[in-house]
Amino acid sequence: MDKVYGRSSLLTDNVMHYCPGCSHGTIHKLVAETIEEMGLQSETIGISPVGCSVFAYNYVDIDWIQAAHGRACAVATAVKRLQPDKMVFTYQGDGDLSAIGTGETIHACNRGENIVVIYVNNAIYGMTGGQMAPTTLLGMKTATSPHGREAAIHGYPYKIAEMVSLLDGVCFVTRQSVHSPAAVRKAKKALRRAFENAQAGMGLSFVEIVSSCNSGWKQSPVEANHWMEENMFPFYKLGDLK
Amino acid sequence: MAEIKGTINVDRERCKGCGVCLGACPFDVLALSAEVNSKGYPFASQVRAEACTGCANCAVVCPDGCIEVFRKIWKK
Ligand SMILES: Cc1ncc(C[n+]2csc(CCOP(=O)(O)OP(=O)(O)O)c2C)c(N)n1
Ligand code: SF4
Ligand code: SF4
Ligand code: SF4
Ligand SMILES: [Mg+2]
Repeated sequence: MDKVYGRSSLLTDNVMHYCPGCSHGTIHKLVAETIEEMGLQSETIGISPVGCSVFAYNYVDIDWIQAAHGRACAVATAVKRLQPDKMVFTYQGDGDLSAIGTGETIHACNRGENIVVIYVNNAIYGMTGGQMAPTTLLGMKTATSPHGREAAIHGYPYKIAEMVSLLDGVCFVTRQSVHSPAAVRKAKKALRRAFENAQAGMGLSFVEIVSSCNSGWKQSPVEANHWMEENMFPFYKLGDLK
Repeated sequence: MAEIKGTINVDRERCKGCGVCLGACPFDVLALSAEVNSKGYPFASQVRAEACTGCANCAVVCPDGCIEVFRKIWKK
């Protein structure tokens, strides 16, 4: 029989520290496959965040820099400007990118840096034990909103992808997911397009991936994917925004 | 008509028993084992191996990259 699918050679042998069923693993796999297929292993520099994916550099065999919390887009800006021939991307959670890192993110987008931003939105601070994030849905229970998020107290969840799509420096904004085989295949195409944009110097590409954090959400991995379809997708609508 | 036959190979030690691959299989080939691996996780295994078409859906959704897929197509 012919082998039709196997582990990307860019994935290291390390077993990922992520909880069983965590979307981060699936997204790492897509990053590795895409870079491998584009032949860019030695040309790519990833910027990892603070959050569960802080250790991304242990799993995808490319060059990495691990940035201070929220500062990945600023670090990516410096790296890309110093080494314009390299493919530079950030990989960030919602706490990292759209809470503490909002300023860096918006200004990198507005400057139109030729980088790719991979935004893993699981609507929670996974790493620190499931606290409310700016992206947490109204009514959603977290460690710091045990009765559910209330707009009058906690404000509203916000859609940073829609916000950055208004900025002229941004060439491509898309919102994907990785909960089903079809979604994974689509998300991979979007990543490829984003990397190609960066190669062509077209400006910043922003790829949001609506993700599950089954531990933070206190659900099984399979339940979390269903919950995401029913609750996250109506608010964070999938598809290309720009 | 072509006949398609597939099979998969699961890395039992890497598998975390999350179960995400089970529902992704269109032919209900997979179930979690009663046995556990050295970390204490049950692992995905083929319980209806004869129904596998090698479509790779299970492998594509696996967060931990545990599944390899093989396929053969006979043209008749
Ligand atoms: C300056 C600073 N403030 C706060 C923290 C604590 N902290 C670590 S990870 C994190 C949030 C991570 O959430 P997110 O970016 O959504 O990543 P996830 O773990 O959900 O993937 C916070 C607040 C820190 N490490 N550094
Ligand atoms: S806490 Fe959430 S985001 Fe972090 S590894 Fe576990 S499931 Fe993934
Ligand atoms: S390759 Fe397709 S048919 Fe075979 S087990 Fe996986 S999902 Fe099922
Ligand atoms: S998706 Fe992967 S890790 Fe989860 S049960 Fe299936 S083979 Fe194991
Ligand atoms: Mg998060």
